[in-house]
Amino acid sequence: MLAELLQFLVSGLTVGAVYALVALGFTLIYNASDVVNFAQGEFVMLGGMVTVFAVAAGIALPLAAALAILVAVAVGLLLHRLAIEPARGASAVTLIIITIGASIFLRGVAQIVFDKRFHQLPAFSGSDPILLAGAAILPQSFWVLGGALLVFLGLFVFLEKTLLGKAVLATAANRLAARLVGVDTSFVLALSFGLSAAIGAFAGILITPITLTSFDVGTLLALKGFAAAMLGGMGSPLGAVVGGLLLGVLESFAAGTISSAYKDAVAFIVILAVLFAMPQGLFGRRSVERV
Amino acid sequence: MGLGRMLRRGALTLGALAAFGFAFSALRATPALAQQGQPIRIGAVLSVTGPASFLGDPEDKTLRLYVNRINQAGGINGRPIQLIVYDDGGDANRARTFATRLVEDDRVVAMVGGTTTGTTMAMRPVFEDARIPFISLAGGIEIIDPVSPFTFKTPHTDRMACEKIFADIRARGLSRVALISGTDGFGQSMRAQCQRVAQAAGITIVADEQYGPRDSDMTPQLTRIRNTQGVEAVVNPGFGQGPAIVTRGYAQLGIRLPLYQSHGVASAQFIELATAAAAEGVRLPAAALLVAEQLPQNDPQRQVLIDYKTAFEREFNQPVSTFGGHAYDGLMILADAIRRANSTDGTRLRDAIRATRGFVGTGGVVNMSATDHMGLDLSAFRMVEIRGGRFVLIGN
Repeated sequence: MLAELLQFLVSGLTVGAVYALVALGFTLIYNASDVVNFAQGEFVMLGGMVTVFAVAAGIALPLAAALAILVAVAVGLLLHRLAIEPARGASAVTLIIITIGASIFLRGVAQIVFDKRFHQLPAFSGSDPILLAGAAILPQSFWVLGGALLVFLGLFVFLEKTLLGKAVLATAANRLAARLVGVDTSFVLALSFGLSAAIGAFAGILITPITLTSFDVGTLLALKGFAAAMLGGMGSPLGAVVGGLLLGVLESFAAGTISSAYKDAVAFIVILAVLFAMPQGLFGRRSVERV
Repeated sequence: MGLGRMLRRGALTLGALAAFGFAFSALRATPALAQQGQPIRIGAVLSVTGPASFLGDPEDKTLRLYVNRINQAGGINGRPIQLIVYDDGGDANRARTFATRLVEDDRVVAMVGGTTTGTTMAMRPVFEDARIPFISLAGGIEIIDPVSPFTFKTPHTDRMACEKIFADIRARGLSRVALISGTDGFGQSMRAQCQRVAQAAGITIVADEQYGPRDSDMTPQLTRIRNTQGVEAVVNPGFGQGPAIVTRGYAQLGIRLPLYQSHGVASAQFIELATAAAAEGVRLPAAALLVAEQLPQNDPQRQVLIDYKTAFEREFNQPVSTFGGHAYDGLMILADAIRRANSTDGTRLRDAIRATRGFVGTGGVVNMSATDHMGLDLSAFRMVEIRGGRFVLIGN
């Protein structure tokens, strides 16, 4: 029984770590602009697909991964420069619709540049499962969990300990005030897009050896990442991480113990219940206007 | 891209219509005389682009290739075939519009095509009303069960896949089976068929798990199956990347029970995605085309399969697929029936198709009747096992 629960837990945490990374991407851009970037899943797809094709072309895995992150960052910056920046004055809803369009566009381009088939990537350190208290765990799961932890810590240090990070936080707290004290908010937004793209691509590279990838792998991940961000509280990086892990574990336990046919329903019912009791999410800012 | 292709086809058809317009007015006036040397018009509505393009594309290529070959060999009873293809993009509504156009404007004598069960079911009433034979290339059993007078199909059904798998499980002396199915259309349809035929096959289904078509981890479901008392074999009705992830999870958890996949993953890509190590020992029912070279010399299908494979691969420089084979079977059954009927009248042609006996196609040996509009039996499926990253034919 213990072994079984451990199996569900590790499976849930692995998938949840990816949801958390996608949710973090949502959070960064949301904080800088109030925009929910629905092209976030496409960054994950780019990370996986570029790595697969680069490796197939004979490039070593670390180089291929670095290349994939660079490509995703370039796409993220272009997305900001060509689609978001020109519509600067528009409302958040308009910008969100623009990101949905961008997501469809990126998927279409990926179909042509890459192809429509599924692709796999060999696991980084073998695929012989490690037996831990009766649960069989893939080495790649540790890569995913470790990589996600690294991103969480790195982001924490960046936001709390560097001047640039403080500028990002200041922009999130109050855009007008940040601009008044000399923060270039437009640069902060571009930075957020670049950073989100890098995190998304990183998640895509780590998870591809487990889940396989294809041009449309981002759609579902964006949806799950968005649900995780809502559960944790939109705008809270800690909330994104907790929300993502929680959603992954919920799905895995629902599939393993209640009913595999209704596992998504179980997860979403829990989310609805949480949002009903705490409309701001677990760690969300209370939108109380101080007078 | 899809639109451009459609427009181009539309223009072609218009041109063809103009060219043959005169001949047609003559044809209607004095049928017997005018028919000599006039083309036989065969229609096809295929999902050449869109989500089902991996089915429709090889079908389209196969039809064009073999219509050319038949025409170069002098046509059927001295008359060339004129093939009219429309691309429905996987959309049932568009398929129906094109079907109506084939009947009313193009005045085809028969139809080969309908790539998916969805598009086929949308088009069936059009051809039934017009009393024009319709040979579908889709898998769903509802196309021919119950039998509609003018509708046929060439691919085997998922019910047959279940029966073939269950027969193999029984032959191993096992009977208690766990299902793990995708929640997509293919997975759900095959799951339902497996549940239906289980009892008659002497199989008890003791676990019934499901996963979403885009799920990334099936180890929770597999853990449940592993902990279910008395499971002796696991069957995975599914399509796409799901079965590959199930197979990987199966190896990860170290489950030792026999694992059966469906005919939906009978391609080399499945082994690549699942990795050869994880897929070792997995069995699945597959069309004989997958293992054409391994068939014994006296197998009736061997020569047909190797000929088709060679012709397709030489022409298009891409690996042959069973889906293109379904189109080959449809066209050849129709050509054979036109030859025997020596007529393009709908009802006579239908009777000739029904009278097809011992036709050797890529999908199997076809014996049609008034109650069986597919004509295949379980021998159409070959049980294969994955060994060392390859499909190996095992004794039937």
